[in-house]
Amino acid sequence: MPLTPNDVARLADLARIELSDEELAGLTGQLDLILESVQVVASSVPPETTPTSHALSLTNVFRPDEVRPSLPVEDVLAMAPAVEDDRFRVPRILEEAA
Amino acid sequence: MTTTALSAISPEDAWMDYDEAMDLFDVVIGLEVHVELNTASKMFCSCPTDFGAEPNTQTCPVCLGLPGSLPVVNGKAVESAIRIGLALNCSISPHCRFARKNYFYPDMTKNFQTSQYDEPICFDGEVEVEADGERFTIPVERAHMEEDAGKSLHVGGATGRIQGAEYSLMDYNRAGVPLVEIVTKPVLGTGAKAPQVARAYVAFLRDMMRALGVSDVRMEQGSLRCDANVSLMPKGSTTLGTRTETKNVNSLRSIERALRYEISRQAGILAAGGRVKQETRHWHEDGGRTSSGRSKEQAEDYRYFPEPDLVPVAPDPAWVERLRETIPESPVARVARLTEAWGFTELEMRDVIGADALDLIEATVEAGCSPQAARKWWMGELARRANAADLPLAEAGMTPAQVAELQGLVEAGTLNDKLARQVIDGVIAGEGDPAQVVAHRGLAVVSDTGALQAAVERAIAANPGAVASIKAGRQAAAGAIIGAVMKEMRGQADAATVRELVLAAVG
Repeated sequence: MPLTPNDVARLADLARIELSDEELAGLTGQLDLILESVQVVASSVPPETTPTSHALSLTNVFRPDEVRPSLPVEDVLAMAPAVEDDRFRVPRILEEAA
Repeated sequence: MTTTALSAISPEDAWMDYDEAMDLFDVVIGLEVHVELNTASKMFCSCPTDFGAEPNTQTCPVCLGLPGSLPVVNGKAVESAIRIGLALNCSISPHCRFARKNYFYPDMTKNFQTSQYDEPICFDGEVEVEADGERFTIPVERAHMEEDAGKSLHVGGATGRIQGAEYSLMDYNRAGVPLVEIVTKPVLGTGAKAPQVARAYVAFLRDMMRALGVSDVRMEQGSLRCDANVSLMPKGSTTLGTRTETKNVNSLRSIERALRYEISRQAGILAAGGRVKQETRHWHEDGGRTSSGRSKEQAEDYRYFPEPDLVPVAPDPAWVERLRETIPESPVARVARLTEAWGFTELEMRDVIGADALDLIEATVEAGCSPQAARKWWMGELARRANAADLPLAEAGMTPAQVAELQGLVEAGTLNDKLARQVIDGVIAGEGDPAQVVAHRGLAVVSDTGALQAAVERAIAANPGAVASIKAGRQAAAGAIIGAVMKEMRGQADAATVRELVLAAVG
């Protein structure tokens, strides 16, 4: 089933990306082509192949539960666009579009 | 966590009396509980997890989501998650992955939360809880690993709440702290007790997590958090109704209250022919009510996908079996076992649990006391004194070992019950262990039979009427003489011994 401009508009909305109608039309075609190409790869793989999400066949890579020094708070807050009371100050959060 | 505008309680919110609602509807509840693990370091980085640290002092490139940083799983957190799953009688997945839950909200700088989606580490469990004297089985859908989000402080607006806030201040110390989220399947058939069952279930989780030692489970600090789902369906229907999810329910009592409130609210809407809106609601402890939050997003809005920066977790079955050995007995099984071992009635046991005396009695029995005597002291004298001082029973002023010692002195004939009560006074007053109090206050029962015999003879001489009655076959009349002897001995005699001496002397 081909991707529709509505699908892409929905994804853009979820990703908080603003797209013009022109961009939407262009991206819909491009994304659809990518999906088709992936489909070609998928159809050439034997059906008994287990899907994998990782290039390595490693499992259980754990670290011990040991504390190491955190970043100095000055360095952390230097990255914030605005700071108040040693906290990141951000615009109010609610009242976005549904 | 993407959002819509919050609105106040809508004026058309109807209301139905709880009992009336119970006549018309069946209740279905579902509970999502987040347990913050007490690991020293975070889930995917080595930052500390201390509660209450100065803002943003426990962060690093990983938990701040800086480009190029890579997470590594905390092995202890995985172990805790497996142990939690085993305690909930879950199956442990032989192979599971982490997933990214994508959302835009400043509590996670990465714009996603690392969680688990279609492959939780623990699934298909059940636990038994007791509510109001009845047992209920709570089916557990899953328990999965994830990370906590940062803390927001909303500034501006009258209430300090998110509504009306002008801006927010973020502290990322909590971002990345390991969580286990435990989700029930829909729980049916609890009837009017649904709110109590929910409370009992969360209390069970709290006690079990504490017994496992995996979390501080301090609801007031947010290390155990509960979201309560509830829906109603007309009696006899099998189609689940529309549910609401109430958040911010941060005490056992509020779980019960919030569910009762939601049930009455939903019943009122349904009975008036309205439709319950699927949404998140907020519990307000002060007003004892819920208010509308955001409308519930569909699961696919989060665009979950497997976390490419972490390899799968594949617990070795031998490891799981070793961990299984470390799982403590479930509270319900423990109560059943102790009820039987101690020979208590169910009513006695319920009183013991209600008085928080179970651990104390168990420890007293382990110190060598008989269960009935342990119950007698804790539920009688000590409960009375704790109540009078408005203290928990455990802080009444006596240890289980001291209670066992006291009972030992009673059984050895050193103390009678009256003297034992004075010994309790002494122990609580800090005069030492029971034997020390006995020595210090000179409280031991008089075992000098010469002195006792003399007192008996004096009492007989002073009570000719009672003597005549005993001789006439009314042994109950001995009470007057025994009383006189006890009075003379200032209570420091064994009443049974006195009785024998009196009857022997008269007969």
